[in-house]
Amino acid sequence: MADEPREKAPADVFTNRRARTVVIVLTVIMVAAACVSLLLGRYPIAPGDALAMLLNLIPFVDIETGATAQAEALFYNVRLPRIILALLVGCCLSAAGAAFQGTFQNPLTSPDILGASQGAALGAAIAILLGWGSVAISGMAFVFAIIAVLLVLLISSRARGNKVLVVVLSGVMISSLMSAGVSFTKLIADPANTLPAITYWLMGSLTSANLKDIAMVIAPMALGLVALYLMRWRINILTMGDEEAETLGVNTKVVRLVVILAATLVTAASVAVTGMIGWVGLVVPHLCRMLVGADYRRLLPASMIMGAGFLLIVDDVSRLLTTAEIPIGILTAFIGAPFFLYLITRRKLR
Amino acid sequence: MSIEVKNLGFAFGDNQVLKGLDFTIPDKTLVNVLGHNGAGKTTLFKCLLGLYRNYTGTILVNGKDMRSLSVRQRAKEIAYIPQSHSSVFDYDVIDVVLMSAASDVGYIGQPKAEHKERAYAALEKVGIENLAKRPYTQISGGEQQLTLIARAIAQNAKTIIMDEPTSALDYGNTVRVLSCVRELSSEGMSIIQSTHQPDHAFLYSDSVLVIHEGELYAYGDPKDVITRELVGTIYGVDVEVTSLYGDKVRVCVPVKELGKMDKKGTRWFHSGQLKPHDS
Repeated sequence: MADEPREKAPADVFTNRRARTVVIVLTVIMVAAACVSLLLGRYPIAPGDALAMLLNLIPFVDIETGATAQAEALFYNVRLPRIILALLVGCCLSAAGAAFQGTFQNPLTSPDILGASQGAALGAAIAILLGWGSVAISGMAFVFAIIAVLLVLLISSRARGNKVLVVVLSGVMISSLMSAGVSFTKLIADPANTLPAITYWLMGSLTSANLKDIAMVIAPMALGLVALYLMRWRINILTMGDEEAETLGVNTKVVRLVVILAATLVTAASVAVTGMIGWVGLVVPHLCRMLVGADYRRLLPASMIMGAGFLLIVDDVSRLLTTAEIPIGILTAFIGAPFFLYLITRRKLR
Repeated sequence: MSIEVKNLGFAFGDNQVLKGLDFTIPDKTLVNVLGHNGAGKTTLFKCLLGLYRNYTGTILVNGKDMRSLSVRQRAKEIAYIPQSHSSVFDYDVIDVVLMSAASDVGYIGQPKAEHKERAYAALEKVGIENLAKRPYTQISGGEQQLTLIARAIAQNAKTIIMDEPTSALDYGNTVRVLSCVRELSSEGMSIIQSTHQPDHAFLYSDSVLVIHEGELYAYGDPKDVITRELVGTIYGVDVEVTSLYGDKVRVCVPVKELGKMDKKGTRWFHSGQLKPHDS
């Protein structure tokens, strides 16, 4: 045992240069991907025109563009909203995944594994069935998503056995229950209008992205993301287990509830505008943990940025790969499911 | 007084786990709590820590009723060191120690420079500052335990509770951890730790508190408390308490085992279960 501490802590103990570099690189990739995405598509837009149209969004700026009126309409009403929405949803799903993994002390959780996405889908399907408007659809998505997560939390806290597996299994059961509910709403839906609406919506796609969607979800998304960002250091302590966290001075019930509510809010908002896009919330936090470490002070921002860029790039692939668009949920599943299998075989589960 | 317990009782439903406990622990004292598995040691600790609140009687920690304090205030009075455990995620050692700042910063706060200095100083104090940037999951069990001790030091509470801190450690780490604990208590902390080794109590405690069937069975100087009768009662083992080095230390020896040994000093040969040159 050493005597009185002789010197101040070396400065590099608390800085993580690698994490800082990773965040900068991820940000550059995300911005570059967004810029390139603006130009890509069936109707290519010249870089100069795209830049001019972007700058024109700033009040009192009016630059002459060489783009046709048709190209401008496409740019403002289709391409730009879609890119913004892909960034937002990727950011939200990844942040929610990271937050759920922390509060459930479980590396194998994500919004879709916990049943939050399926819960949101059921809530939204019921709202569509009843012919409600878009605000009610989002509200119902949130209510059912939170019900699903709380059910998983309740069941896994009562079940015996390996905690990691219990959470995953109860999540699977709740998801299946919610999916059955969705199937039932489809069964009784009107095949002429509500059935196709529900079916297409569930597929997980950014095709129909428009400015109205963004306006509707931006507030709940911002609220949830800010809450998660501000509380991110405390999530670390929750991962130590409830009793230990409490003796460290953390009101675990309050912190867990706020984190779960915020993560569910951003999940439900995402599902409400794009349908179910699975696996992003599992894959991205894991990749970030490999790059910047487990500390949520670095992990959460890194996940948000990587998630945004990741979903945007996957969405680009989904709209450009073939002439008929591939729903993005299919692509993320192709990436995510093998990754999950890799995770469960790679390390010992405790 | 670090801890004052009056007429403490606790029940899980119909199962009365603790009955009428009365004791006080002065400041700067290292107390070992003995008792067989299920005797109520952990329950007592959880009551002291304020994790279990529906007990009867009163508990004062540093003069304060834990039930009237907020979670953060409780953490400033008393720190808890669990059995060494592996964390789910790979935190750096320094980040685990930094968690001690939770009682100081609000819901949306983050550790500040003073907390970082305090965390690093605590790591220096237990002598593992060279491990600061290593992943917590990849250091040895003894180093993990020292990390948790550093975290408790950085938490700045006057009282520390340790639940079987050495149960998962090998012999060398056990000695290192216990001697660190004793040094902390000599510097002014009150430390209450449970153990299954009566021998440890002779070396590493100022007083011994024995819980048996949920009651306070004995409490006092280790040399007065740990006797052949006591070990026989609480563990059901017949031992002889022998004194060494001019009674500076004592050890418990299970005397019945001595009789089973033959002249070669190995009982297994004698009972025929294993022969010396069997291949």
